[in-house]
Amino acid sequence: MAGAMDLPPKGGFSYDYCRRNAMLADKGLKMPGFLKTGTTIVGLVFQDGVVLGADTRATEGPIVADKNCEKIHFMAPNIYCCGAGTAADTEAIWSARSFNFTVMQLVVNHEFYQGHVSAALVLGGVDVTGPHLHTVYPHGSTDTLPFATMGSGSLAAMSVFESQYKEGLTREEGIQLVADAIRAGIFNDLGSGSNVDVCVITKGKTEYLRNHQLPNPRTYVSSKGYSFTKGQTEVLYTKITQLKPKVEVTEGDAMEE
Amino acid sequence: MVGKNCFAIASDRRLGVQLQTVATDFQRVFKIHDKLYIGLSGLATDVQTLYQRLVFRHKLYQLREERDMKPQTFASLVSALLYEKRFGPYFCQPVIAGLGEDNEPFICTMDCIGAKELAKDFVVSGTASESLYGACESMYKPNMEPEELFETVSQALQASVDRDCLSGWGGYVLVVTPTEIQERVIKGRMD
Repeated sequence: MAGAMDLPPKGGFSYDYCRRNAMLADKGLKMPGFLKTGTTIVGLVFQDGVVLGADTRATEGPIVADKNCEKIHFMAPNIYCCGAGTAADTEAIWSARSFNFTVMQLVVNHEFYQGHVSAALVLGGVDVTGPHLHTVYPHGSTDTLPFATMGSGSLAAMSVFESQYKEGLTREEGIQLVADAIRAGIFNDLGSGSNVDVCVITKGKTEYLRNHQLPNPRTYVSSKGYSFTKGQTEVLYTKITQLKPKVEVTEGDAMEE
Repeated sequence: MVGKNCFAIASDRRLGVQLQTVATDFQRVFKIHDKLYIGLSGLATDVQTLYQRLVFRHKLYQLREERDMKPQTFASLVSALLYEKRFGPYFCQPVIAGLGEDNEPFICTMDCIGAKELAKDFVVSGTASESLYGACESMYKPNMEPEELFETVSQALQASVDRDCLSGWGGYVLVVTPTEIQERVIKGRMD
């Protein structure tokens, strides 16, 4: 343990709590649930580039932990990636950026994580050879497709794509179709919800339309709200510390007489 | 919870072993520096170990960079530290709250393996988290002044914690503004 405290570890996983956690599980302590992004993520290739879309709900079991989370992540100015699955895993995977991303992903997911890391990605980008759309599955397989959906809402979104996709869509049609597919996921899948995020990648320009559509506004807010009068809460003990402004040390002049 | 140029972070004070209470003054909200606090819920031993590790890392950072860590940086540090133990995690969910540059409040929470969740209004964690979501959702108002923020946070905490057997025995609320830190221990049901 002394070694672990001396320097920040060089990266990689540490397995030293596995036995302890197994022992605790035997004694009846359940592991806290992970944040999952039971999700709808989609991508499609249109005339000039790629459109990616995602919903914005993050769940912790049956509870919505975040009503407006971001699932479309930046990889490079011309490559964006949407992630479904365990939120920490998708964040960890996309933060290890690489331009040869799909190749690395295949290797990493298969050899190293071996499916234990539950992250499914839809990755799209535009380079000199044109627009590309790939999907990466938790076990490491990849597909290259003209349109793709992943996540718990993928069936709902795929039904929209299968019926309305055609070659040579314009930008507006592409965005509209992606938004329709995500809305299908939001309204029909319980693990997806809230708003629609869209990202349009074309040669030389990328537009991230955060909260492109808000089909679920909050309408039940009480206009008066709760107002608590000062002193309503019983306080046993108060301590107020003033914060002093930090003293700046600047280069001084040579000592004067 | 975020207010106008201030934030509040609160916790209950019970330490228990399943249904038996062991202590009623357990500290769960810890100071990293004057304007950055972390609250840790979950297994008590992991709460304390994680806090000690984080303070260690922050002190190293202070020595190297000669300044305090920004809340966003600290959140990334906590996330990385938790994800290292992806396959044998700490049984701990942190809530991080701080005032960043220009005294802009920053709050975030994470699950036990480090998935960050930023929010602009409030974040919750712990055994009463479902109740807390409900209470905060209805009681929160944007741009509250520190006094009102304190009352709101206390009422939301009390309301939720009273509906949870495993939490309670008083509350500890910390409100931080750019000029002062207000720590209060509030009276709650002792059952």
